[in-house]
Amino acid sequence: MIEIQGLHKSFGANRVLQGLDLTVSKGETLAVIGQSGSGKSILIKHMIGLMRPDRGRIVIDGVDICCLSERELYDVRRKFGLLFQAAALFDSLTVEENVRFGLERYQDHPPDRIREIVLDSLAKVGLRDVEHLMPYELSGGMKKRVGLARAIAYEPEIMLYDEPSTGIDPIRADAINDLILRMQQELNVTSVVITHDMTSAYKVADRIAMLYNGKIVQIGPPDEIRDSADPVVQQFIHGRAEGPIKEY
Amino acid sequence: MAAESKPFPFSTLFSNVGQVGLLFGRAAAGLFHKPFERENFLQQLEDIGVRSLPVVSLTAAFGGLVFGLQTYIGFHRFIGPGSEAYGGPVISLGLTKELIPILVGLMITGRVGSAMAAEIGTMKITEQVDALYSLGADPVRYLVTPRLLASVIMVPILVLYGDIIGIACGYIYNIMMGVNQHIYLKNTLLYLEFWDVVTGLIKASVFGGVIAIIGCWQGLEARGGAEGVGRAATRAVVVASIAVLILNFFLSKALPADMVI
Repeated sequence: MIEIQGLHKSFGANRVLQGLDLTVSKGETLAVIGQSGSGKSILIKHMIGLMRPDRGRIVIDGVDICCLSERELYDVRRKFGLLFQAAALFDSLTVEENVRFGLERYQDHPPDRIREIVLDSLAKVGLRDVEHLMPYELSGGMKKRVGLARAIAYEPEIMLYDEPSTGIDPIRADAINDLILRMQQELNVTSVVITHDMTSAYKVADRIAMLYNGKIVQIGPPDEIRDSADPVVQQFIHGRAEGPIKEY
Repeated sequence: MAAESKPFPFSTLFSNVGQVGLLFGRAAAGLFHKPFERENFLQQLEDIGVRSLPVVSLTAAFGGLVFGLQTYIGFHRFIGPGSEAYGGPVISLGLTKELIPILVGLMITGRVGSAMAAEIGTMKITEQVDALYSLGADPVRYLVTPRLLASVIMVPILVLYGDIIGIACGYIYNIMMGVNQHIYLKNTLLYLEFWDVVTGLIKASVFGGVIAIIGCWQGLEARGGAEGVGRAATRAVVVASIAVLILNFFLSKALPADMVI
């Protein structure tokens, strides 16, 4: 379970998160929507301890991670799988070495089993015979899927997806949506999905949270968000240029 | 109206020195933690050592030649014709204790320090450093420790190699100028002590550590895209070069001139 209370984060004069409160239940899939630069990626980096808040609490399964040392954060981070917005594959490693990277550090398997898991993880994201390639030989979409395979390889309890469908064709994006759903149904994985893609949000999310002005302005099931009376939410989900959101 | 004077940023200087010191401490502590990144370390040995051989060869050869030339002129002019053969120890001493460590240190700063800053800086801005954290690897142990160790080991080896090339080139130049080969070699072997060579190697080891830690530090501090990476690489070269030159003086003062080993 993830509980965030009164989270503040500023970069100089830019106040990105301003007292954000959010709870994600175990086994739930939460989609976080919001305009570009609204702090969605900053939010998930706080959840995994890659950033420290200026103020507020982030509690993961009963442990407040804000005051933990790097060594203590290691145990918290092994619960998480993170798909980065631009995949963040290691340039100097092959696809196979990328996917086995976390697996070798978080789990203790013999080399044959590791290779088996690597190939299985790549197959889950629709990739075959790419394990020997270097990241620069992959398309943007393939990189994203390798990044996803790397994140799911060690079967984390919590998955954080930073714009999983960006840069991928609609068919492949839907396959990734199915994978997110399968992870929840089969492994009871808790997921937080950062997205602009409302089709994806409606399909995968149990609840959708709208981030605006550093706070969650509305959170609820997809139908509730679709029928929201909040003009900010309506403008965003319908992608209208006119409305209360001006800061594009 | 008088221009508002900007105070010298002492606080920034101390803060930076503190950051480098902390990074060095964490990287050094990484040597005693498992897993040691063996493949990364071997890769760095090759990058820093083997791939620097051509540039070190050229630098040492021309350093030796020009030092041989000036020593020849100096002895010929101030002591007289025939005295040039006594320049051998001067050339060897100057090369092993000062010129080769400094030249190699500066060349490695340009070739390796900037590459470290650029590579780690690129990893930083493309979130690969965050990915290391998320996948259970400490970026300092994974990136900095192998580079630091490889640099501390390889720079002295390059300096020793440069010493041999430089002394050989100084000798060849003097022989070509008609200097008495027998006296030149006899004096060189008589007056050049093992400690002189060791002094240069100790300096080189310190330079190696400083170059690696400053390169990695600048890489980890990189911000703001390709421009930020370029700035980090430039700063790594400038800061490490200045550090090498300053440290060289203090090490020359601190290390005893003679020591029986």
